[in-house]
Amino acid sequence: MPNDTGLTPAAPAPLSALPPDTVRPRLGPHLRLHFDRSRGKHVLLAPESVIVLNATGADVVGLCDGSRTVAAIVDELRARYQRPVDDEVRDFLVRMAARRHVILEETM
Amino acid sequence: MDRPFGLLAELTYRCPLACAYCSNPLELAAYDDELSTADWQRVFTEAAEMGVLQCHLSGGEPLLRRDLVDLVRTAAELGMYTNLVTSAIGFSRPRAEALRAAGLDHVQVSVQADEPATSDRIAGIPSFERKLKAAAVVKDLGWPLTVNVVLHRQNIDRIAEIVALVEELDADRVELANTQYYGWALRNRAALLPSRDQLARAEEVVRDARARLGGRMEIVHVLPDYYSEYPKPCMGGWASRQLTVAPNGDALPCPAAQTLPLPRASVREDSLATIWDESPMFTAFRGTGWMQDPCRTCDRRELDFGGCRCQAFQLTGDATRTDPVCHLSPDHGLVTEAVEKANAGSRPVDELLVARPHRG
Repeated sequence: MPNDTGLTPAAPAPLSALPPDTVRPRLGPHLRLHFDRSRGKHVLLAPESVIVLNATGADVVGLCDGSRTVAAIVDELRARYQRPVDDEVRDFLVRMAARRHVILEETM
Repeated sequence: MDRPFGLLAELTYRCPLACAYCSNPLELAAYDDELSTADWQRVFTEAAEMGVLQCHLSGGEPLLRRDLVDLVRTAAELGMYTNLVTSAIGFSRPRAEALRAAGLDHVQVSVQADEPATSDRIAGIPSFERKLKAAAVVKDLGWPLTVNVVLHRQNIDRIAEIVALVEELDADRVELANTQYYGWALRNRAALLPSRDQLARAEEVVRDARARLGGRMEIVHVLPDYYSEYPKPCMGGWASRQLTVAPNGDALPCPAAQTLPLPRASVREDSLATIWDESPMFTAFRGTGWMQDPCRTCDRRELDFGGCRCQAFQLTGDATRTDPVCHLSPDHGLVTEAVEKANAGSRPVDELLVARPHRG
């Protein structure tokens, strides 16, 4: 009955510029990365919403600690997966940033 | 079967406010026998085991529960994201600090208007100044702040000023949600339903505010479903994503579902998982098998799930009918009639509201 503002699927990614290598992504304010044992998936918990992440998404978000650069995240995941991940990671970051789940600006 | 993501814990229906748009049940005496602290702690534990990730502590006024800090601590220890939905009455600094220490994640404060006279008139008691103070405490203690404003005919023309106030309070989110016509609010529908012109002006203000504040403040704007072509996808599907537990332990797929002619399900009698999986209250409208035409054969049946069961029942007396909000519903006239009345040229914007009697 009430307005269900949470749990909406991710909006399509706006085709804005991909983040440059030097940006240091961090989690949006007041978000929490949590492993949901009952579903076996990582989720981002936010006021009024739950974002269920796939395995790659969870890996990327786990590296958005405000100290690693985009280039470092890409390098780390390329090594981990043994395949090119550049576009995938950058697209994901842009989509997450559009909803303020990840912050790409250098300062608040 | 889907598992719920969110639990709305309606800890009490007692409330110091008397808002005419209250959507809680009309008859509150049945909810006086509230669950104990231990009952709620068991409910939270069962919810977390089922996969509930968010625990919304609401009411009524949840701060009237003296065990609120303990309940927050339990929910937080279970790993749930905890959200307090409050009128701010009783949100003193010491209480706030105790809630912070217990692990509360997020606070939503209701405001009835942008200035004290209207806000206090709608709330039924002097409360505006206390709300502002509480909002400041929320920010000061480092919480994310959501300000909730229920919009209606009598305050929607002040939406620009409301947004300015919310900006001044440095809120992270604002929910500008038009009244939903359940419980007490349905009684006041004629005095609450805005006109088309009012809604159009409000939408313009919201558009400008989003452009100006985008990235700084999230603005959720919920339009009255009476004006939409298709119904809202209520609760994201019946008993699919969320559940509510009422103060007396009744478990419900949505907070209005106690009005439906279904056997009660109570956490005093069964576990939450059993209720979710097996009780008629939860299985009755799950999926699409219960639907009548036009929903049954509609391409949108998996998009809006036939709309709101409670609204269908409330307006037509049959919970399996299409939500009359839908323009395809054979009962749509019930909604257009109310909308036409709201748009009659002679209609004032300040008709008398019937305030909810004070309780607690």
